[in-house]
Amino acid sequence: MADLSLDRPLPVAPSGYRSSGWWGLATVIATEAALFVFLIFAYAYLGSQSATPWPPGGAPALRLAGPNTVVLLASSLAAWWGQKGIERGRRGQLVLGLAIALVLGAVFAGVQGLEWAAKPHGPSDSAYLSLYFTITGVHLAHVAVGLAVLLALLVWAALGEFTAARHEHVGVGLLYWHFVDAVWLVVFTTFYLTPRMGIF
Amino acid sequence: MVDRALDPAVVLERRQLAQTWETPRTVVGWLSSVDHKEIGKRYLVTAFVFLLLGGVEALILRLQLARPNEAVLSPEAYDQIFTLHGVTMIFLYALPVLSGFSNYLWPLLLGSRDMAFPRLNAFSYWTFLGAGVFIYASVFMGQAPNAGWFDYVPLAGREHDPGLNIDVYALGIVFLGVSTTVGAINFVVTLLRTRAPGMSINRMPILVWGTITASVANLFAVPALTAACLLLWLDRQFGMHFYDIAGGGQPLLWQHLFWFFGHPWVYALVLPAMGIVSDALPTFCRRPLVGYTAVALATVATMVIGFGVWVHHMFAVGMPPLAMSFFGAASMVIAIPSAVSVFAWIATIWTGRPVWTTAFLYFAGFILLFVIGGVSGFMTAAVPLDWQLTDTYFVVAHLHYVLLGINVFPVIGGLYYWFPKMTGRLMDERLGKWSFWTAFIGFNVAFFPMHVAGLMGMPRRIYTYPAGMGWGGPNLITSVGSFVFAAGVLLTVWNVIRSRTRGAPAGANPWDAPTLEWSVASPPPAYNFARLPIVASRHPLWEDRLGEGTGRSVLDSDIRLTEGRETLATTPLDAEADAILRMPGDTPIPLLLGLALTVLFFALLWKGWWLAGAALVVSALLTAAWLRPSRRAPREESARG
Amino acid sequence: MSYLATAGASAAPITRLGWGLLTISIVVVLMVGALLAGALWRRRAGVSPDPEGRLPVERRGPGLRWVWVGVGISTLALFVSTVWTLTTLAAVRHPPRPPALTIQVTGHDWWWEARYLGDAPGRDFTTANELHIPVGQPVRLELRSADVIHSFWIPKLGGKTDLIPGRTNMAWIEADRPGDYRGQCGEFCGLEHARMALQVVADPPAAFQAWRDRQLAAPAPAASPPIAAGAAVFQARCGACHAIRGTPAGGLFGPDLSHLALRRTLAAGTLTNDPQGLTAWLADPQAIKPGNEMPRVPLTDGDRAALVAYLQSLS
Repeated sequence: MADLSLDRPLPVAPSGYRSSGWWGLATVIATEAALFVFLIFAYAYLGSQSATPWPPGGAPALRLAGPNTVVLLASSLAAWWGQKGIERGRRGQLVLGLAIALVLGAVFAGVQGLEWAAKPHGPSDSAYLSLYFTITGVHLAHVAVGLAVLLALLVWAALGEFTAARHEHVGVGLLYWHFVDAVWLVVFTTFYLTPRMGIF
Repeated sequence: MVDRALDPAVVLERRQLAQTWETPRTVVGWLSSVDHKEIGKRYLVTAFVFLLLGGVEALILRLQLARPNEAVLSPEAYDQIFTLHGVTMIFLYALPVLSGFSNYLWPLLLGSRDMAFPRLNAFSYWTFLGAGVFIYASVFMGQAPNAGWFDYVPLAGREHDPGLNIDVYALGIVFLGVSTTVGAINFVVTLLRTRAPGMSINRMPILVWGTITASVANLFAVPALTAACLLLWLDRQFGMHFYDIAGGGQPLLWQHLFWFFGHPWVYALVLPAMGIVSDALPTFCRRPLVGYTAVALATVATMVIGFGVWVHHMFAVGMPPLAMSFFGAASMVIAIPSAVSVFAWIATIWTGRPVWTTAFLYFAGFILLFVIGGVSGFMTAAVPLDWQLTDTYFVVAHLHYVLLGINVFPVIGGLYYWFPKMTGRLMDERLGKWSFWTAFIGFNVAFFPMHVAGLMGMPRRIYTYPAGMGWGGPNLITSVGSFVFAAGVLLTVWNVIRSRTRGAPAGANPWDAPTLEWSVASPPPAYNFARLPIVASRHPLWEDRLGEGTGRSVLDSDIRLTEGRETLATTPLDAEADAILRMPGDTPIPLLLGLALTVLFFALLWKGWWLAGAALVVSALLTAAWLRPSRRAPREESARG
Repeated sequence: MSYLATAGASAAPITRLGWGLLTISIVVVLMVGALLAGALWRRRAGVSPDPEGRLPVERRGPGLRWVWVGVGISTLALFVSTVWTLTTLAAVRHPPRPPALTIQVTGHDWWWEARYLGDAPGRDFTTANELHIPVGQPVRLELRSADVIHSFWIPKLGGKTDLIPGRTNMAWIEADRPGDYRGQCGEFCGLEHARMALQVVADPPAAFQAWRDRQLAAPAPAASPPIAAGAAVFQARCGACHAIRGTPAGGLFGPDLSHLALRRTLAAGTLTNDPQGLTAWLADPQAIKPGNEMPRVPLTDGDRAALVAYLQSLS
């Protein structure tokens, strides 16, 4: 049988959604997203079963977490801008974009650390605090992985590993970073916004 | 087919492919191999070792329960052994053995040269082995998990179980989850990307449907268990309060998370095995499977409904009747897709001309066991009746009919079926038939009386029982049967060992089977297909005789791809050629990463935080080395030529 | 412990459902088994291999049609069973009449505490491992746990309900004829899950009332010198964990032993409650029920005999 699709030349080691890496990461995101769904289920379940007001002590303050959310989103934006650059062959733009994203991501992690330090009690104090530290902690672990990915991309970009024609890793790595940001929005909404909506 | 093996150009081409794809026969080569066939065989062998270990544990339990007031085991030993038996069979045997078949077979079934991520595949095996070693290390510490494979809190909390036992469980399960997850990712992407041109989704073997359904389900179900175990470990190590009532936690949170994972997992353990039957049984009936589309869709439907029935493990926890009605009814509905498959198999035998090989006997026997396990499941789906049946031996009978009936019998049948492909030699049929009848009779003698014991009110997970309850008779029969069943399994093991060197040569297609794996030599060359096939029907090797479809599959196409390790990528649904993938070579990195993770988990178990940190750093560096970008420039070329 | 024949309104509809579904199941297995056997041994026209030694393959027969027939019949059976199940669920959800009595049952590692709520103020009392209920009257149970998850199960009187820390689950039982009904913990709860039985004794209403009045009274004071000696041993060695009403012994850790002599068994159904059983238990509880919470209390043979005499007198 003549397969028409075989008659045209095919890209070797393609990038984007035609590469295996892209599909692999999309699948990783599916399963990681499920992990966060179950952690947030734990929050909702313990909250709904709580005999006392939830969260204990009222909704956590937005003073740090609000601006920090903006910082993380800006980081995604900067990385995206860098990626646009390498697609047009501008290596400098990629390096700059990744560097900004890395710095903003590190700032986010630092502020998150401040927020942890400002809590008067630790995770073993109550179920709520166990949830708070565990879920933000699991997210922070994802941020750490994301920062390592950004750092690797930055080093490789600086060494000239990526060109307009070959930047498969950038797209896949940044997909992960965008996912980390998107998950933060869900975590942020769960811990900081839902108590203000009167859901529990 | 014209034998072109003597054509000098073809000889040269194959030599070139062999040089590119073959793993050097050295220790380092062996440890570095990313060949899916090699990994598949390792999975199978390791899973069978765990099957035997779990079986020995079961026999010890049966000695203890053979008579009332028996004192072979202390209560503590009994609890550790029955927990280990469950953990071994469910986590370390049942899914890995299916991963073994699927790893070995998928690229051959789909007409590809390897899985989408060969290195990930090797990593998935090494982490499976690492997690198995991690869990079994607890046996040598005398602190094996002891709160059941379901590990309910607060019994599994630190207050009631202060040893390392449950830490081993929680960390071991998270560790094994890494293996399961990356394995599932590999199957999903392989299915989406590396099928042969023309292998559209309605031409895929049912085994592929079963494994992809299980893999997608695992992507969403395994994180529930990972989350549950992570929270348990945090409760135990850092005094958190997820499950602990005093601090505002809830014991039932564990049960929801556990069963949200647990029920889909049960289907992940059976659907690929049902796929084995759906693909292999028709070969011996000399006809295609009746109702291919219905069976494929039933496979998916089972899993979709399977995500909505987790609460049927929790009918006795005191739930609102409306919730129980919903989950009870959903549990009834799940029988419908199973009925589709059962009737399709029977219709296939009925309208075919069965050839009674050993493999066929295992598949036919499986159908009866599946129906018995199915109807007892149907009884437990009836909520008020479940209040009586749950946690009795009736459920033990049910789950063994389901798990052994649907997993072990098809797996052994599949072994008889594909062993010639894997080794080039047939297994002994006479010994095989002895093994079948011994195992089949032993199985029923062992597990059928458990229904009776259960209906007589014998609870599960008791290390002993008093005389005069009427339970002694059924238990003695069960214990005798379990040894007969074990003998049947051992006969197959003996058959494998013997046939590996002494079996009759098999040839490429000893059963005259219809699917692609039988179009290549037995055992297949490292590169699988010298020329990638172009598929035009569900039964490429039967289509001439069946007159199936309009076109004809091309097994000896002009798709050569000899420039290094390459295979073809196709589009997800229609399987049209889309790209040429460069495949990675052999590398020890997956093994080293698996070792680093093993060190990490042992460090976490013994709270060696510095060692854990070091293992994490090493893991990160290994991952960076793994993912280092290639400098080879992208290009375009024709797949033909 | 068989629940194929049961003894009360709380179990009867479930038992009917059980027999019904069991019958359907057996019929299904026999029918499908017959179909399978028919398919396997059906006579078929002989075929011979082709020149390459291959048996012919062909796509024959209207197989798919019969698949749908089979699935249709299965679906119908499932539908009927589901409706029957839901009807049964509704039937056993509430007792037919308001319960005459409420018992708070608390699961412990590995025994059962039962607190009878009084019909009048001050008429509460606590006992262990043996419930008495009046025949022909629904009894309400409030189920709690003191440690891990247990499950309350008297097969002859109905299904299981879990006892879960932090929750109170409700259940009810009713016996329609007098008798002893054995139960056992239904959820794995650790080392001695196997020896966590309990007994429900259904008495005619008058006998039940007598038992209840007896429980409310303090046990008879020590009547003879060995019994008095035993009482002293009990106060000194056992009272920190066990309570006996009307005496200074008020321990809450172990079962309440007031009127122990009225109970049929010891250690949650492990031993018969007679002098031999008591003596063996006191000599080494860890040998009889390894891992249980009662330590081996060193006693002289004389003290142990006195203690047995005392405990036997608590009627």
